[in-house]
Amino acid sequence: MQFGVFSVSDVTRDPVSGITPSEAERIDAIVKIAVHAEEVGLDVFAVGEHHNPPWFSSSPSTLLAHIAALTERIQLTTATTLITTNDPVRIAEEYAMLQHLARGRMDIMLGRGNTGPVYPWFGQDIRQGLPLALENYNLLHRLWREDVVDWEGHFRTPLQGFTSTPRPLDDVPPFVWHGSIRTPEIAEQAAFYGNGYFANNIFWPKEHYQQLIAFYRERYEHYGHGSAKQAIVGLGGQAYIANNSQDAKKEFRPYFSEAPVYGNGASMEDVERSTPLTVGSPQEVIDKTLTFREWAGDYQRQLFFIDHSGLPLSAVLTQLDLLGEKVVPVLRKELAALRDPETPDAPTHESLIKAKYGDAEPRQPRPNPNRGDNVTGGSPYQDSDEVFQANYPTL
Amino acid sequence: MTGTDQKQFRVVVVNAGVSDPSSTQLLADRLSLRVEAAAQQNGHTVETLHIGLRELLPELPGALASGYLGTKFTAAVEMLASADGVIATTPVYKAGLSGLFSSFFQVLDNDLLIAKPVLLGATAGTTRHALVVDEQMRSMFAFLRAMTAPTSVFAAGEDWQDTALSKRIDRAAQELTVLMESDVERRIRDTSWDSYKHELGSAASIAAGAKNDIDLDSDLMRLATGGTFGTPKA
Repeated sequence: MQFGVFSVSDVTRDPVSGITPSEAERIDAIVKIAVHAEEVGLDVFAVGEHHNPPWFSSSPSTLLAHIAALTERIQLTTATTLITTNDPVRIAEEYAMLQHLARGRMDIMLGRGNTGPVYPWFGQDIRQGLPLALENYNLLHRLWREDVVDWEGHFRTPLQGFTSTPRPLDDVPPFVWHGSIRTPEIAEQAAFYGNGYFANNIFWPKEHYQQLIAFYRERYEHYGHGSAKQAIVGLGGQAYIANNSQDAKKEFRPYFSEAPVYGNGASMEDVERSTPLTVGSPQEVIDKTLTFREWAGDYQRQLFFIDHSGLPLSAVLTQLDLLGEKVVPVLRKELAALRDPETPDAPTHESLIKAKYGDAEPRQPRPNPNRGDNVTGGSPYQDSDEVFQANYPTL
Repeated sequence: MTGTDQKQFRVVVVNAGVSDPSSTQLLADRLSLRVEAAAQQNGHTVETLHIGLRELLPELPGALASGYLGTKFTAAVEMLASADGVIATTPVYKAGLSGLFSSFFQVLDNDLLIAKPVLLGATAGTTRHALVVDEQMRSMFAFLRAMTAPTSVFAAGEDWQDTALSKRIDRAAQELTVLMESDVERRIRDTSWDSYKHELGSAASIAAGAKNDIDLDSDLMRLATGGTFGTPKA
């Protein structure tokens, strides 16, 4: 079971100090948060992708590559990478590069994003959001698995004899999580490919997520990747922790009350009662988190949302300390005891290498010389299988 | 009517009146009593439930700000989902529906009231507001694809002393009863439910037996599983 934190990269006015951090300050802070997440023993750090203020993370692969250089152990991922408005060729290249630089210590979460106007900024049509997401992933999946791709689709120009570089590290594609909370087609795609399925599990009652998780598990089994219990599920969760309940509520309330998603809406207590939000002591966070498996089944990844709504860096670092010292160790122990022995761990680069090669040496693709323009010549790599030969267009 | 034609109806009254005593509440009560009488006259039994929207006010900010429905809202949604007929009444202010009334229906699932028989009633201080009920209330319920009764009941202050009001109430109550007796909601839903676009996990799709409403045989599902979409780009 992996535990970590995910950030949406919002730059929000701190309602207590009245200060809005600069982008520079927040970017600096997120790096410190990621590094500290490793220091306190968390397993995963995730950051989202946005292309408009007040968010700063327009280039998560660059940010994660930098964090990879400053850390040694923590798994890096996105929450989410936009599979709709990013060209899948660009995603294949950028994240394969990140995978090399992070020495395999990364995976990727794909989503459609939540900002309608982002589509035209990148030349896409929001009315086609879902088909774009589905078709783009179909292509991304092949770009990471086939040295040479011939491809025709609806939304972009065809690819003829195209090789995405660099090839994934050890020729093992990054593990993919599909993030979705209300779109059965995305859950179906995750199940079809045997990929992971992530429900953000913030803001809404559990019923909102339960149905799709069950559907994904059922379809994972249907496609023969393993039993429903073995499907790879990740969940979000939102917490603000202090040593005692009263302090947590007192400290977090001004942030809750002005949070873009909650402000002037339902009371903090009401939202806590019926959504995964916990504002309280470490024990209260543990108790609430333990209920997640009761409705989602045994799952592989738990990401907490703790850095948002203007919380200052010091408060976020304290949250990490409390998670690392008091919450996660207990959750690890309790969940391990409850866990069905059939439930696998979340895939990592090492486990995927093992699954692909057993004890054999992983493939390290070495290019043939002088392939130049990516559309001429024979097999692009010295060891490319003949089945990867391109079918070139007749002009 | 006798024997097998006898039915048990559940009527849910949604009332946005806020004062006490409230003329809107009075109209809602008159309408529901007349619906009960009309149904009972035809041999049916009626259970009437009441949703006083004023009681939902503390949960309205959450519902409006983040789509988060609290416990009272959720209970109201469940009541509406199980209703055979709805009586919806609101005060009219400044030639418009009460904000409480329209906000309540605006945060519900679009498909919660599909083909549901609904009786419309509104009260106001003067007859200058008379068109609101048919121009605004009716169009909102048309958007929600509800089955509104042909007669809506508008009562300005002076109507309460006019016997014509009782006649309109009786006529509207009869119309709602006929819509419930004819089972129009079930029959339309049985034939057309799949052709409306539903949001997964909505209260309406859960009430309609959600688990099986994921259509695996669609173009998008084929695309999700490695298929192609539309015509390839030239």
